[in-house]
Amino acid sequence: MTTAKNQTVARAPAAPTTRSPLTSALLNRRLWLGVLGWTLALVIFFPIFWMIVTGFKTEAEAIADPSLIFSPTLENYAEVQSRAGYAKFALNSVVVAFGSTLLALLIAIPAAYSMAFLPTKRTKGTLLWMLSTKMLPPVGVLVPIYLLFRDTGLLDTRTGLVIVYTLMNLPIVVWMLYTFFKDMPKDILEAGRMDGAGTLQEVIYLLLPLTLPGIASTGLLAVILSWNEAFWSLNLTSSQAAPLTAYIASFSSPEGLFWAKLSAASTMAIAPILIFGWLTQKQMVRGLTFGAVK
Amino acid sequence: MSAGRVIPAGFFPATFMVTDMNKTRTSGRTIGGLRTLSLQAPAVSLLFLWMIVPLAMTVWFSLQRYNLLMPGMTGFAGLENYEYLFTDPALWSAMGTTLLMVGWVLVITVVGGTLLAVLFQQDFMGRGIARVLAISPFFVMPTVSALVWKNMMMHPANGVLSWVAESLGLPAVDWFSSLPLTSVIIIVAWQWLPFALLILLTAMQSLDEDQVEAARMDGAGPIAIFFFITLPHLKRAISVVIMIEMIFLLTIFAEIFVTTSGGPGLATTNLAYLIYIRALLDFDVGMASAGGVVAIILANIVAIFLVRMVAKNLES
Repeated sequence: MTTAKNQTVARAPAAPTTRSPLTSALLNRRLWLGVLGWTLALVIFFPIFWMIVTGFKTEAEAIADPSLIFSPTLENYAEVQSRAGYAKFALNSVVVAFGSTLLALLIAIPAAYSMAFLPTKRTKGTLLWMLSTKMLPPVGVLVPIYLLFRDTGLLDTRTGLVIVYTLMNLPIVVWMLYTFFKDMPKDILEAGRMDGAGTLQEVIYLLLPLTLPGIASTGLLAVILSWNEAFWSLNLTSSQAAPLTAYIASFSSPEGLFWAKLSAASTMAIAPILIFGWLTQKQMVRGLTFGAVK
Repeated sequence: MSAGRVIPAGFFPATFMVTDMNKTRTSGRTIGGLRTLSLQAPAVSLLFLWMIVPLAMTVWFSLQRYNLLMPGMTGFAGLENYEYLFTDPALWSAMGTTLLMVGWVLVITVVGGTLLAVLFQQDFMGRGIARVLAISPFFVMPTVSALVWKNMMMHPANGVLSWVAESLGLPAVDWFSSLPLTSVIIIVAWQWLPFALLILLTAMQSLDEDQVEAARMDGAGPIAIFFFITLPHLKRAISVVIMIEMIFLLTIFAEIFVTTSGGPGLATTNLAYLIYIRALLDFDVGMASAGGVVAIILANIVAIFLVRMVAKNLES
């Protein structure tokens, strides 16, 4: 350790002396790239930043000329909680997003396990067929799903949304788990089998603990997708089971122009997902592109 | 539960060639086959039902005279709904709007995403945080981003954009009444640009730095490196982005629902929104289903290419 460190320290001063004009040009370039990169990043992020800021203003300040000088208030957060019943919609979102994710994982883990470790000649066809079900545009089946839900009393229920979201995310969940399981060294499972572990033990004591990070990021992606889903939630719920996407949409009516409250409610609605997204961005690419980009 | 049996019965031509490919391979264990069956059965059968039942119903309804407001008038209609649909100027206007939305959002997000990916691949101070900020809009729910843009950014009197325009001495633009389609396109592009960036940044990571270095030694400038090394390297990732975005963008809904409700007139009504109007506002099940079939066919044209590409990737 120390020798390696000493070596780099010893070599470091040598480089600038031989190529000093180049390094200063390089530094200059880095500076400008930094300015450009940060400017663009801030412009892209600005609407979110502005929404967060507006949530701490009074309604009068919210529609006044844009300004960053104001005394922050928490009254919008309090009011959204007490008057609009934010908690009810948030609870719907939590139940629906996590319920559908757990269900999807439960159905997908055995399927992905068998595809990764016991592949047959049909495995690839099955995987691609699953992907193709994801290509079915939701609007193409809006009418039958709406009528089926109406006739079975599933309209405006959390159960109904859980069913739809589970099936909506199932192909992505199977695919993502499959790619994680495939990355796992087979020898470990072989060794477990030698020691007399059955399939169930193999899955519970070896596979699940070893692929837990992969399973977790798969689950997070499913939660993100369900949480932000806004086609089925707008069309299949009204008051009882409406999640946050549908609740926020109710601010669009002309008489409901309360920008500060909209901002406070929106900030609360996106905060957890924004953080989940930041945490899993790398692994998410696998799921979003069905393994085509790693 | 075999995929081989399922696929020919399905409606996805994209998967036909997959079965052909499988015939050449004969690996697998006999015990594996049995276990596979029971382990995959729940996932496969549920997805199969989810796909086939609504699909069959949509096709069936599209051939029926079925309006929830006129319970007496039912029966087989043949291709009447399609005839109505295709002679309805609203459909062609909606198709045009859909094309414009998909086309412009694709151009903005793919070009912008590629350039941003190259920029964020360079080394600069706080690059990690800048990246995170730039991909954030992708995680914002569509109803929130649409309303934040509509109210706080694009509002003609109190929006940030009009304030900026006024400060620069320019006239304020009433975005949603004078440029409704452009406004929706801007919002949707803002949501999907980070998606393109995220995917392309990931793809950039596998770019061979030695190759870039060698090109630089040979005197290639940054523009030449971009066009002859970076872009060819990103080709596949870019086509994946285009196809995935296309499938989602064909049926943009929430952004239109909360901002313009398809108006003014039909200015921002795309195919998805038209189907929604016919189904849940006019209650014309037959007509809406015919529209649904059209949407499914359009999406499948794109899907064929995407599935084929993923299949090729699975091979390697």
